[in-house]
Parts: sequence; structure tokens; C-alpha cells
Amino acid sequence: MIPAAFEYERPSSLDEALALLADGGDDARPLAGGHSLLPLMRLRLARPTLLVDIGGLNDLRYVRDEGDQIAIGALCTHHALSHAPELSGGCGLIAEVAGQIGDPQVRHRGTIGGSVAHADPASDLPAALLALDAEVVAQGPGGSRSIAAADFFVGPLMSALEPSEILTEVRVAKREGCASGYQKFQRRAQDWAIVGVAAVVESDGGSISNAAIGLTNMSGTPLRATAVEEALAGAADEGAIAEAAKKVSEAGTPFADANASAEFRLHLAEVLIRRVIADAMS
Amino acid sequence: MTKYVGGGVPRKEDPELLTGQGTFVETLTVPGMLHAALVRSPYGAARIKSVDTSAALEAPGVVAAFSGEDLADEWAAGLPMAWPVTEDIRIPDHWPIAKDVARYVGDGVAVVVATSRTAATDAAELVEVDYEELPTVVDIESALAEDAPRVHESMENNECYTWTHATGDIDEAFAKADLTVTCNYTQPRLIPNAMEPRAVLAQPSPAAGEFTVWSTTQIPHIAKVLLSMILGIPESKVRVIAPDVGGGFGSKLNVYAEEALCVALARRLGAPIKWVASRSEGYLATIHGRDQLQEIELAATREGKILGYRVKILANMGAYLQLVAPGVPLLGGFLYCGSYGGEAYHFECTGVFTNTTPTDAYRGAGRPEATFAIERAIDTLARKVGVDPAEIRKRNFLPTGEMVESPGGLAFDTTDYEPNLDRALEVLDYGAVSAERDKRREEGASKLLGIGLSTYVEMCGLAPSQVLASLNYGAGGWDAATVRMLPTGKAEVVTGTSPHGQGHVTSWSQIAADALGVDIDDVEVLHGDTHVAPHGMNTYGSRSLSVGGIAVHEACGRVVDKARALAAHLLEVSPDDLEFEDGTFSVKGVPDRTQSIQELAFAAWTAHSLPEDTEPGLEAHCVWDPPNFTFPFGSHICVVEIDTDTGEVDVVRYVAVDDCGNVINPTIVDGQVHGGIAQGVAAALYEEAVYSEDGTLETSTMINYLVPSAAELPSFELDRTVTPSNSNPLGVKGIGEAGTIASTPAVINAVVDALSHMGVEDVAMPATPERVWRTIRDANGGAA
Repeated sequence: MIPAAFEYERPSSLDEALALLADGGDDARPLAGGHSLLPLMRLRLARPTLLVDIGGLNDLRYVRDEGDQIAIGALCTHHALSHAPELSGGCGLIAEVAGQIGDPQVRHRGTIGGSVAHADPASDLPAALLALDAEVVAQGPGGSRSIAAADFFVGPLMSALEPSEILTEVRVAKREGCASGYQKFQRRAQDWAIVGVAAVVESDGGSISNAAIGLTNMSGTPLRATAVEEALAGAADEGAIAEAAKKVSEAGTPFADANASAEFRLHLAEVLIRRVIADAMS
Repeated sequence: MTKYVGGGVPRKEDPELLTGQGTFVETLTVPGMLHAALVRSPYGAARIKSVDTSAALEAPGVVAAFSGEDLADEWAAGLPMAWPVTEDIRIPDHWPIAKDVARYVGDGVAVVVATSRTAATDAAELVEVDYEELPTVVDIESALAEDAPRVHESMENNECYTWTHATGDIDEAFAKADLTVTCNYTQPRLIPNAMEPRAVLAQPSPAAGEFTVWSTTQIPHIAKVLLSMILGIPESKVRVIAPDVGGGFGSKLNVYAEEALCVALARRLGAPIKWVASRSEGYLATIHGRDQLQEIELAATREGKILGYRVKILANMGAYLQLVAPGVPLLGGFLYCGSYGGEAYHFECTGVFTNTTPTDAYRGAGRPEATFAIERAIDTLARKVGVDPAEIRKRNFLPTGEMVESPGGLAFDTTDYEPNLDRALEVLDYGAVSAERDKRREEGASKLLGIGLSTYVEMCGLAPSQVLASLNYGAGGWDAATVRMLPTGKAEVVTGTSPHGQGHVTSWSQIAADALGVDIDDVEVLHGDTHVAPHGMNTYGSRSLSVGGIAVHEACGRVVDKARALAAHLLEVSPDDLEFEDGTFSVKGVPDRTQSIQELAFAAWTAHSLPEDTEPGLEAHCVWDPPNFTFPFGSHICVVEIDTDTGEVDVVRYVAVDDCGNVINPTIVDGQVHGGIAQGVAAALYEEAVYSEDGTLETSTMINYLVPSAAELPSFELDRTVTPSNSNPLGVKGIGEAGTIASTPAVINAVVDALSHMGVEDVAMPATPERVWRTIRDANGGAA
């Protein structure tokens, strides 16, 4: 459990960090809380030659109400997010999800930027960002750009970020009058999700008018369960919700691993969709 | 009479451990120390065609690098196996580092020595090994197939040994039975997870030809003997020290390749050599446990009274035979009849080689497997007979008494089973919980309840040396203690046991303080250093208290006898005229004429006036060889709630009523039971070491080998009955493994009970959500 040798820099500004990354080339990686990257390095599955520790860039620790949107700095820890008063209404989903990540140690070290940039399909936040149609802001040597969450996750541990870019912010449109929730299935309290379901639901007179469902760990990237979302429109009782949940199979065949076969994953997703919608509606 | 024994004395070990002042091998540094890192085979089986260390030797900080062939002449003998259970057992060569063929993923093939652990680890990646992959076999059944690849080419097949044991006429028992049940179970392979991974530091004194070896071992004394044999070093020149050791559970009851390797490298390079395992390296290179296939048949009357037990098991030894591996199934081989009676018993075990990490003793060693089989099978019998699981047990319990003959052929020290079960049923409120279970079933609730019983008996206090002789075990079963009163009136207890979390310092202090009549803070316990404590058989198999603790007690008695003679001499009375209480001898009827044990310690040291033929000093030694094993027993009841939507099993209540005889320290006993239950629940619901067909350990880290945490477990509800053992003067039995032995079948019995109305009779371990979900779906004819 000793990582391969690497260089370490701790810049004091974002510009300095970007310059270090640019100089470091493809094998340089930014380091935030380290709770995804360091375990991979200790197993020597990741071997960056340079770590640019952006943990000192305290300007990136904020949750800001910007009128239509909530802006979240990349270095916000999961713990901070789970207690952020700005995250209400639909954005409350982020606080809810952040509070369910890992264990207290992970939540106090891990950051939203690190988690999202790492793009682990078993991470909890990406599914929530998908369901909320969030945007991810990336800063590179040439300036910043905004990437829709739907375009950000490219594959397992692969995102739309360029090696020279740093994820600096997550932006979420404020939404009122909706309910949300996140449920995941895992073996042990601190484990990665076997399957997770994030949902944002708007209802009108007891029936669902609009639903957004994000799925964790059902594929190499987080997914939107669009067929379920469509089927949920107009659903007003348990039976209709259960029927809609079955449509999760249209999101594709999930992968199998030691924790669950594809069949069981699909089944769990269906159960969790049922439960998370029922909870959100009650 | 006891001031300390029986009380929840806080552990004397804890202040040091809890404030980070413990001394662990990993934290030790000696001048000139070098670090070793191993190159391990990535293949389940491969011929080592060549090893090129040249690139590694050029890496920064590297001092030396060796292949197995380079070190071949270091070994006077291979790694030891001390329990050849049959005359015709096949014992493969097992070198500390493979010379020609690697036989499991993790088998060491080369070693790099460098000035830091990181340099050694980096350089180990640069060693180029040319392997020729060979066919592998990882599971028992495949290994026994006619055309299976052979793990050891020199053997005609993969069978290691077959050991049988029988009492009574088993055929007659089955012939006259009204009914029989046949059950097949798989004991998954488990990976022991001591908190501290293994580590070794070997320091040579080249001029003297001596070696000091610090090791994370449960068995410093045994290691000393065996390292001397492996390396051809006189035993008197090997000193083994087990400093603070962070748990073992049997995984440190071995003499490992890396211990021998560090001494060999220290000898060759004339420098101290340290090796520290990472967690994942330990998963490959430290023994695994369990991994058995079992078939148990019960012959019974229509009332459910068991007449006979026929048991056949296959045990995976892994690629080589570690220290006591062949004997592990035998430790359960007498207990497949559990706490029950009967007329006949037949047990057969075959050990099998595979291309996997070797197995050996893991907490319970053979008894968890045996207890699982009988406690699961008796539930199946109960369903067949149509009686409650508690009732079938009561119909079969051995009678209350002493030296009660078990069908397994052993005489149990003291038995009193039914009151113990009744107490557990009472603590649970069995009737009320059963009613709630039935109600949920009738309502078709999505969360079902299940209740599982386990009324175990186990075997501790290894062991009467003559019994070990009859089992062809290569050592005795005694243990030793020296107790001395120091001139200042303090007591020093030197024990041959080697605690690694058990709290011997506290428990032995309690025993000695009471026996000597001194304050518990005036007792110092020394252990784990073969130069300080020259005699010992160490700590495993829940033996320490009922063997080593007794040696302490008896040695204290001898000190008091000697003190009495000295007191009589100084007080000019007959020894018979003295009373001894609270550390003070007083003349009967003349209470102001006294000699305290502290005064006598000083008098014995000055030796100014001693009785005739008495040597100076107040000290005694005792080697205790137990006359019998001890047989703790108890009743565990597990209540699970099963989410039928997801198959998730939640342990909602857990009642354990254990009988470990007299209790020295109830807090320590509770702690042992807590940890034991957690490990047993882990086996039932979470843990399983999985190999791919090519021999890769798929569960190679704690991310995918699921050790549960406190969050997955309920608050345990503990109680005790006390039936003192007659195997020793303290009436103690042992509690280190009982929780693990009892709990696994209690959990699975509960899972099966929850689903029994669907016709479910078994759920394989670990009872994962997917497995339980599929079981429910299949029982419902395919509809979940």
C-alpha cells in the first residue's frame, strides 16, 4: 500500500495550480480531499507523476446563492454541503446526497469537485447532478468553460475535463415546489453504492407532473432513467409508480460485479426508484 | 476469598495502547536497519524459468536482491508443518521462497533489500521474472477431479490425507433409525483480519552468531524452536520477541516464510532486516481459514432423538501445509455431535491441495465448521420431526453431570445444558418474538422475521500432552509460569502465554494478586520474550487461561507454600499454626504475630535466616499440563429481519448466554464474546474469499472483502451461566472463540427460519442480499 513515487506541489493560487498542471503534462493530477485518488495510488492502479494539491485554495470553498442558481465551490467538503443552508428546494438533493457519502472521515475530507472530477460510477453526487441538470465549471490555461453534467461524465473514471483543467465550480438551477431524495443500496455503512437513485419530483394535485431520476453505478457513467421519468408523468398511486419503475430496464443493461449481477442491479434500481419516489411524495 | 478475580478490573494494557505508547514491530527501528520487499507470483501456478534482479539492483537505495535459487542454501529445513495427522499424509516441500515453481498467487519468488521500505517496494517492481504459466486448480471439487492439474507434480493427485474417527456402530444406528436427514454445507474461505498486519524485524549479532527476531506472532516460543530448525542456528542463539501484537485470530499462529527470510537475509548481509506487510499483501501471504465442503447425516427416532452422526468433509489446505493446517478439521472432528447424545459417530476428513493461499487455524479452527454443520442439521431434523428448534435440542442434550461421554468420543468436563438454553429463551422472550414472526408471515409483510438457535459446545484448553500424542501432534500442550516476589515486595509473573489482545496482563494480575494477597498494581506480568520467559506454548485455541493461567495460579500457590515455611521459621511456630489471608500470615489465635508476604520477600532475599534446606529467594515455577480439555457451552439466539424486496438481512437482536465456567474478568469475557459474534456474523452474511479459476484472489482488498463494522451489528444481549470446569483448580474454561463458533449457525438458522414457510431449507453463506433475493424468488416460483 505504498504509492509509486510522485512529485508534490501545493500552489497558493488557481493560476499557479493551472501552470503546474500544464507543466506536468498528462501524468499530473490535481489533488483535493484525496479520498478517491489516494486509494488508487496506494494500490498502484493510478501513478500520477505530479500531484498538485489544491487544498490550500480556500477561495474554492463556498456555497453561493446567485439568484437563479446556486454556485458551489469545488473544494466544499461533503460535510459542509450536507449542512449548507443555501441548499434548499431541489438543490436540497445535493445536501441529502452529500450527507450519505462514505463515513464522517470521508465527508470531512472529500470534496464535491474531487468526487465529480474523479467520475467514479459508484460515486453518489454525479447522479444527483444529472437529475438536477447541473453544470460543471472547468478552468484551464485558456479560461473557463461550463459543461452540462449530462456531457461531463464520459466513462468509468473518465470525464470531459482536459488534463490541464481544474474543476472549480458546480452550478445548479434553483428549483422550488419540488421534492427530492436519494437512496442507495450498499452492504456496509461506509461502502460505495451498489446502486443509487436520485430523484427530483414535482407534483400537481396529488399526481406527478415532472420527475427527474439519476442512477448511480448502473453503468460506466451516471445515467438518467428517462423512460421512468416519462412513465412517471401523471402517476398518482403506488401501482402507477411501481409500473413506471419497471421502465428502468430501458436505461440499458447494467454491469455485473462481485456485489451484484446485472439482473439484481436492475431489480434494486427498480425497488429504490419506488421507494425514493414514495418517500419524496409523502 | 477473591478480591480481584471475578471483578471487571479495567485492563492494565489499555492506557499504553490507547495513548499510542504501544510497541509494535512496525514502529521499531534499530541502527543500520534495512527493509525487505517480496516479489510475489501473479500466477496461480507457474514455473520460474529465470529471475533477473539486475534492474532492481541499480535502483536507488537497493542493497541486495535475491531469487529463491540464490537463497536455497540458507535453509536447513523447509517451513514447518507440525501436525502430520496420518502415517501416509503427503507433505510437500515448502521453502520460504519458491525455487522452481510458484504454486499460488502471492508465493514469494524474489526479495529485494533496500535502505527504506519505499525503495524496496519500488525496486521489487523492477525484478524481471520469466514465468511459464501452468494450469491451476482453486476449488476442492475441481482439485479432486480425475484429470485435475496437480498442485505438486511429485504427487499422483491432490489428496493430502484422509483421517477417520468413529465410535459405536454407525451402520446399526442408521439401520434402526425411523428417519434420517442429509445436509450439505459449504464453509466459505475466510481471510483473517487482525488489526495489525504482519511484520518481522531480525537483528543479527554477527560476532556472537545470535539473532533477535521481533515478530507479530502469537507463538514466540514455538517460532524460536522452528526458526532454529529452518535456519540451522542453535536454538540458544535465537531470541524471539513478540512485542505488542495487534490481534491474531490464528493468523499469527504460524512460522511464516518472511520470518525465516528476514533471519536468512540478516545472516547473509550482516544487517538488521525488516519486513512489513501491507493489508493486501497480507491477504495473499497470510493464512486463510475455513474452506470446507461438508456432508452430515443424522439418524434419528421419529421423536427426533438422534442415534447416529455420519460426517464427511473435504478441507482445502491451499498450496502448501502451514503449521497445523491438517489438524484444523480434526479439532472439529470430535464435535459434529455438538451438545447432543447418540450411539454412534463416524467422521471422515480429506485434505486437498489447491493453487491458493494455504489455510490454517482461524478463530475457532474446526469447531465453527463442526458447530455450523450440527446446529444447521438439527434444525432440519426439527422441521422433519415437526417440533420447535428449542424442543429438538432439549430432547437430545447430553445429561447434566461430570465427565459426560459424548458420542464424538470425548468426555466433557461438566455439562448443564438445558438451564442455559432456558435462560437464553427467557432473555429473548422467545414466545413473544416467535408470535411476532408468525404474525408478519400471516400478514404477508415485506419484512420477515427469523429466529435462529445455536446451542454449541466447544473444546478449549489445548491440551493434555498425551492426547496430542495420540493425534500425532508435534508438540506438548502444557504451559509455564514463574512467579517471584521481588525484594521490594512487588510480584513478578512470567508467563509462557503470548497475549495479542486478550488482556493476559490484567487477568494474570488478578489471579496472582488474589493468590499472593498483594495489590493488583503490585503485580507485573512479563511475556512474549523468549529470553525473559524461557518456557511457553503460547496463545491460541482459547488455551491461555485454562492452561497458562492455571500455571500462574499454581506457581503462586507454591510461592505461598514457600513463604509459609519461611514465616513459620521466623515466627517460630509450625506451618500448620499459620493462617494466610490478604497477604499476611498470622499465628492462629495470636493475630498480632504476623509476617506479611512483602516482609517474607525481603527476608528471603537477604537470606539472613532461612529454614534448613531452603534456598534464598521467594520464587516458584509451574508447568501445567492439563488433565483434560475444557468444554465451554452456551446458547446463542439470533433474530434477523429480511427485506424481501432486496434480500437484505438485518440482525436485529442477538442474545448470547455462554458458560465458560468461572469468570476471571467479566469485561474481558464480554469483549471476547462481542468480537467473536461479530466475526461469526461476518462469516454468515458478509465475508468470503473468492478466487477466479486462474488463481487470482478477487477479494484482494477491504473494499471487496467485506469485513462488517459496528454499524452492521446490533447491541448484543449477553448473559452467562456458570458451570465450573473440573479440568483445572480455577474451574475456568476459555472464551476466546466461543462467539465465533456459536454465532454463524445462529444467523443462518434465523435466515432459513424467516423463509421456512416458503419451503426454504438452506441459504448458502455468505447470505448476501442477492443470494437471499434469489432464494425468495425461486421459492415463489420465479416471481420476486
